[in-house]
Amino acid sequence: MHRTNTVTEANNTISKQQLTELERHLLNDFQHGLPLISRPFEKIAKQLGTTEEVVIDTLNKLKAQGFVSRVGAVFRANSIGASTLAAMSVPDDVLEDVAALINDYSEVNHNYQREHHFNLWFVATASDENDLNRVLDDIEHRSGLPVMYLPMLEDYHIDLGFDLEFGKVVQMLEVNNGHES
Amino acid sequence: MDMKVSRHPSLPKKVQPENISWDEQDQALINLIQAGLPICATPYAELGKQLDMDETEVLARLQRLNSSNVIKRFGVVVRHHELGYRSNGMIVWNIPDENVSELGMCMGQFDFVTLCYRRPRRLPEWSYNLFTMIHGQDRDDVLKNIQFLIKSCNLDEINYEVLFSTRRFKQRGAIYNKVNTQQSVV
Repeated sequence: MHRTNTVTEANNTISKQQLTELERHLLNDFQHGLPLISRPFEKIAKQLGTTEEVVIDTLNKLKAQGFVSRVGAVFRANSIGASTLAAMSVPDDVLEDVAALINDYSEVNHNYQREHHFNLWFVATASDENDLNRVLDDIEHRSGLPVMYLPMLEDYHIDLGFDLEFGKVVQMLEVNNGHES
Repeated sequence: MDMKVSRHPSLPKKVQPENISWDEQDQALINLIQAGLPICATPYAELGKQLDMDETEVLARLQRLNSSNVIKRFGVVVRHHELGYRSNGMIVWNIPDENVSELGMCMGQFDFVTLCYRRPRRLPEWSYNLFTMIHGQDRDDVLKNIQFLIKSCNLDEINYEVLFSTRRFKQRGAIYNKVNTQQSVV
């Protein structure tokens, strides 16, 4: 019984060239500092020289297409609730089953296979430490495999979002096409 | 003390938000925005309707959470893979304890680093205490950035491994509250 929610790697990816200039700006320029005012998308629209309606429609479309996960807050780890990175060393023949078992927990928000002796890595988040431990114990118990706990101790990264390097793309397009619609 | 709690030997005290406490209304707001804002003309007013709060109050509470350490950033959260950043390397470093903060801060300043955390060692099976995440268009892209880090932060003597992801079983925003568990995978 394989119920893994593996995201199909081939689908829903895009080359950056397929995005419109407006889409690129919305994806790249507003990853932090979303205006905390009554009509944030109107302000963004003004900055981009378009209408509030177009910004809203475009963001909803990007979300539906899977390029945007959400518009909202990224919380600092452990500032609310308790979370940890966890790693397991899972035999190949049961990897998908164990991954599916882990995916079933709503407390698990990331779950990746990685190239290492510790081959399954997930992040679990709960309202407090007791709940977190309960989930991890449960995973150990049900999988019959030990879970290595690696909670964050210190964060050295100032998160301003991810630079999609659209500057480079724009230059390329200018060379290739002369213009971009 | 319960043994289970001791398995998290030192959940970080220093990243606890500074002198901020929040009430039930804040908690309800946090629960609601974890899955993202409604993308409409007046998103904060919409949130308020669900919480019996007016827009001004929603904005004031978010402002407070945002200017404290609780919210790390507030804006568009993109999905790297879908945007062509298909390679994701977790680089784990074994750094002498006395240097880890300095080197962590050095690595954490670069745009291409998406996470940079100190974590506990678990000896004997795990000796790495610093984790950086790098997304790239392909493996070479990630490996080049690692070399750049090594040069920039003088890491030539530091042992490290690169753990590329080969499969993504699950990826979404965190959900912190039991009340909210139904709306999990989005």
